[in-house]
Amino acid sequence: MSRHDVTLTVNGQRLSAETDARTTLVDFLRDELRLTGTHTGCEHGVCGACAVILDGRPSRACLVFAVQADGAEITTVEGLAPSPDSLGILQDSFWEEHALQCGFCTPGMLIAAHGLLAENQDPSDEEIRDAIGGNLCRCTGYKQIVDAVRLAAERMRKANVPGPGQ
Amino acid sequence: MTDFRYIGKKRRPSEDRRFLAGAGRYVADLSRPGMLHVALVPSPYPAATITNIDTSAALALDGVNAVLTGDELAAASEPLMVGVDAPKVIRYPLAVGRARYVGEWVAAVVADSRALAEDAAELVEVDYDELPAVHDPEEAVEPTSTPVHPAHGSNILFRRQFVWGPVEERFSAAAHRIELRARWHRNATVPIETFGVIAEWNAATGLLDVWASIQMPKFPDQIARALRLPGNAVRVHFDVDVGGSYGVKRGIKHAVLAGHLARTLGRPVRLIEDRLENMRGGDMQGPDRIFDMAVAFDDDGTVQALKIRALDDAGAYTGRAPLQLGKPVGAIVGPYRIGAVAYEPISVTTNKTPQEAVRGFGQAPTNFALETAMDRVARHLGMDRLDLRRKNLLRHDEFPHTIPSGSTYDSGDYHTVLDKALRAAGFETLIAERDAARAAGKIAGVGVSCCLEPSGGNSAFEPLFNPKNETTTWMESCTLKIDLNGAIVAGMATSTSGQGHETLVSTVVGEVLQRDPDGIRAIHVDSLNALPGNSPVGSRMAIMLGGAAAGAAERLKADLIAIAAHNLEVPVEQCEYRDGDVHAGARSMSWAQLVEIAHRKIHRMPPGMQPGLQASFVMDVPTGGGLPTEDGRVQMYPCYAFETHIVTCEIDRVTGKVSLGRYVVGHDCGTMINPDIVHGMTYGGIAHGIGAALYERFTYDDHGQLIAGSFVDYLLPSAHEVPDIEIVDHCTPSPLTTFGQKGSGEAGYLGAPAAIASAVNDALAPLGVDIATLPMTPPDIADLIAAAEETE
Amino acid sequence: MKAAAFDYIRADSVDAACRALADANGDGKVIAGGQTLVPLMAMRLTRPSLLVDINRIDALRGVSDGDVVTIGTCTRHEDARRDPLVRRHLPLLAKAIGFVGHQQIRNRGTVGGSLANADPAAEIALATLLLDAEVEARSPTGSRAIALNDFLQGAMETALADDEVLTAIRCPKRAGGTGFQEIAQRHGDFALTIAAAQVELNGDGTCARIALGLGGVEDRAIRLPEIEQRLTGAALDNLDEKLKDVADMVDPMTDQHASATYRRRIAGPLLKRAIEEAVAEARA
Repeated sequence: MSRHDVTLTVNGQRLSAETDARTTLVDFLRDELRLTGTHTGCEHGVCGACAVILDGRPSRACLVFAVQADGAEITTVEGLAPSPDSLGILQDSFWEEHALQCGFCTPGMLIAAHGLLAENQDPSDEEIRDAIGGNLCRCTGYKQIVDAVRLAAERMRKANVPGPGQ
Repeated sequence: MTDFRYIGKKRRPSEDRRFLAGAGRYVADLSRPGMLHVALVPSPYPAATITNIDTSAALALDGVNAVLTGDELAAASEPLMVGVDAPKVIRYPLAVGRARYVGEWVAAVVADSRALAEDAAELVEVDYDELPAVHDPEEAVEPTSTPVHPAHGSNILFRRQFVWGPVEERFSAAAHRIELRARWHRNATVPIETFGVIAEWNAATGLLDVWASIQMPKFPDQIARALRLPGNAVRVHFDVDVGGSYGVKRGIKHAVLAGHLARTLGRPVRLIEDRLENMRGGDMQGPDRIFDMAVAFDDDGTVQALKIRALDDAGAYTGRAPLQLGKPVGAIVGPYRIGAVAYEPISVTTNKTPQEAVRGFGQAPTNFALETAMDRVARHLGMDRLDLRRKNLLRHDEFPHTIPSGSTYDSGDYHTVLDKALRAAGFETLIAERDAARAAGKIAGVGVSCCLEPSGGNSAFEPLFNPKNETTTWMESCTLKIDLNGAIVAGMATSTSGQGHETLVSTVVGEVLQRDPDGIRAIHVDSLNALPGNSPVGSRMAIMLGGAAAGAAERLKADLIAIAAHNLEVPVEQCEYRDGDVHAGARSMSWAQLVEIAHRKIHRMPPGMQPGLQASFVMDVPTGGGLPTEDGRVQMYPCYAFETHIVTCEIDRVTGKVSLGRYVVGHDCGTMINPDIVHGMTYGGIAHGIGAALYERFTYDDHGQLIAGSFVDYLLPSAHEVPDIEIVDHCTPSPLTTFGQKGSGEAGYLGAPAAIASAVNDALAPLGVDIATLPMTPPDIADLIAAAEETE
Repeated sequence: MKAAAFDYIRADSVDAACRALADANGDGKVIAGGQTLVPLMAMRLTRPSLLVDINRIDALRGVSDGDVVTIGTCTRHEDARRDPLVRRHLPLLAKAIGFVGHQQIRNRGTVGGSLANADPAAEIALATLLLDAEVEARSPTGSRAIALNDFLQGAMETALADDEVLTAIRCPKRAGGTGFQEIAQRHGDFALTIAAAQVELNGDGTCARIALGLGGVEDRAIRLPEIEQRLTGAALDNLDEKLKDVADMVDPMTDQHASATYRRRIAGPLLKRAIEEAVAEARA
């Protein structure tokens, strides 16, 4: 089995490690880079818990081998807040609406919503549901998540923040 | 109602923040030095004798540390607990001599990485002799069926005929009788996080540390017993965040296996199920039931008596599965005034994955059967189904009300909740819209269900289903201290899987001590430091942990008052506690002063009082303590929350696909500690119920192979399938609890399947067909529509 | 659920990819978006010894105009769906892609990958079949064009040889209206059945040209030439009557989610909806 040096820019930081060809991007982030905010729920591309922003778009990190992503820019849940002791608007809106319970799907949900708000600052509920439609949550029934994304969009429009960033 | 300062108010749950920052601490996020990884070798057969296991090729692989077989583990451990009196139904984490379901763990491989462990697991050569298997519960109930456990002698794990009240007399006297069968297929809550455990043995201290994704009563005790260790040699860390459970994260076999491996290998061992292991061998599939119901009723719709036979497929072993037939005894007549009931619960083994506790512990299927029966009664009489329900629902002035099976319902206002929900839904408009849709050629329906959520989680079903088990308490505890700086720390003896227990505890403690909950830290102490608890099952934590936290806080408040009274030289009765300060007339002592005295100035403490400010409280279940009567009457749970669901649907005439429209639920769980948390769990419970009603099923083929063993085939509802939901709150406080709270963690799931089935059947009614089997898939419904149209 | 061990190479050209595949003697596999391949590898249902990554080959990405619209095999679903050429000239394909999985799948999955995977219920195979598309395949010995109908050979089976790489999809431009009707258990699931229609109308409202097909019914996407012939030149009304023998023309499969009977029964009515959708669009 071939081994590979993989360098990623994760949340603005260049990070490298050597890994097996078969290591998925999510395992690489979690096990090699110790960024455990991104979760594995099914490892076969259905649940969305492992979603990260890969080269600008939300993607499933269990369906990409780490070696394939060599050189890529990646945003994970750990990169959504402006600083370690604060939350971004989207995260804060999730908190305000209690858009989570166990928190396990939450990183993927945030990434999916982040991807949506980067493109669309005034999404309809249907567009929100479509954007998070590939992310399964067993706690919330999705309602408070939809409410939170809508609230985040409103706040960002009011604050005139370009994109969901900070 | 009491006006609360913090309880019932909008408050951001404190635990949310870490999850939003990606800083949750789940078991898979933990790493121990030198940690090894486990993969399992699954049985490919539903029933087979294991004739030989050759581990040599696996062991020869680089990076493989050990391969453990069932024989080896069984020699070194005790069998896992059995929930009923079936001592010959023996179960170990790994199959011993015989595999009894597809996916059963036959051997465990330990390697330097999970990938290597999987490589090696493929190299373990197991020789099997396939045996005859039993897959159908109706076959399993027959004495001629092939027993899954020959030593047990039959496939019947538990069977009893309960008769409460004059059932036969009422059936003979009633003007009408109907019979029906309702089928609830296997589903489960299927959390997005699989089960995981890390075990680490320290030979020098003789201590086994366990980190697990756990929601299991008496988990540490069970591990210790199975591993033949004293209880104080197992330390379970309850501060591990659990990625959802809703009942299923029991993990005893996982923990015993990992614990044994850690002990024998002298290295930390991690077993994180992958999704395939989780679905087939994680032992987390839920009830699988056939209800045969008979109802006796009068012309005016008064239901006189019920007969319920519930045949439940427990799968290959008996953990607590049969007990899921026991909890519904506590609400066997639902929210209705029904004076006589016969109930025959039957739990059988088959060669399927063993059943485990699922949200509601058997109540959701029972509610589905009851509500299906109520709709059938209404249809039989040509009576409006709301009128039928209003006629039979217990009235506000009838509480407390004792049902035939011995439980007393604490309080309720069912008619008001129903009416509020109907009003919020605009029920008349929904019916008009349905009729307009029908006139336009569409198949449209409106569904209704009413049901109870028994809460408070004692375990009275244990003595009821196993006379050798005299458990009559199911306590919960809280420890509390105020430190030298005046900060409050509360400790609970359990892990949390999303229910917001930290917020629950801090809110309750804040309420009692009149201190801002945001400044109160609630922690999950490890099992060696914890007082006894029974984990967040049975919708019990608001009542039990909330009650324990309040009890501990009251003790501290009394201490503060006593210190102040002593220093102000007034009787305690003249002191008034306000915001943490204590006032006596114009004089007062502040929180800071009182804390200072308690921690530093014993000379200013009342004589005999201990220094420091700490208290603990172990709460017993309200109404608990009773053993069942000879005819099987017992007080099951203390509190009874009520919910009523109203949902509309449209069915595609061609494809049979059901689309849900408006969804309104009226919900009364007494005082809500944190409304956002209660609402969230209710929305989520409804989503689970939508899954059970329309999508989710652990389907087995005729050969016992699980063919819905991944997320490709086991269909969890997404944001597209779950409609917007409106909750209408109502509060009938419980007279039995500290703040009037009842439980609520199972809400939604308990009534949604029944309501959706009601909507689908309302839609199909004009075609003259009905369906009482869940889930109702598009082909199931399309076949019914096609059959109806053919006969037209 | 970790893939069995394999070697990985990132090809920087199609030729390099072909050579690597040839060297692997049938044990190599191309990875494009990986949205189907990686789960199969994770479950160890497939275990190539060599993975040849074609994601970084620029020539395989993007949409270009000409007599036909050419879509590079590695064009991601979402890029193809949003592409102005695809939206203008191949609206049926754009519509079909909207039914593929979820956004995160479409962000990574590729048009060529979906075709090469050849799932019987894949939307892109059905749409391109209706568009009379052909694919281009390259091997160490040269290129060849394969009509889609010949390319799709069965469930998960295509005409690609072990050392061939699918490089492009060429779709003739189509005007008119499109219809795409899919029944899946959940949004984004593989379909139980799909019906698709591409319709051009004459000035008098009769059908000038029609392409009809079904996905998820047989082991591959199928066209319905008899019905197409019947409807060409005809008024697109009384469709119940005109489509009533669709059920007899298909040989559906049974799986755990739906029976052959179900698929047979709904094929005609779904096709009717697709035609009606396409006609409404053509008139708009």
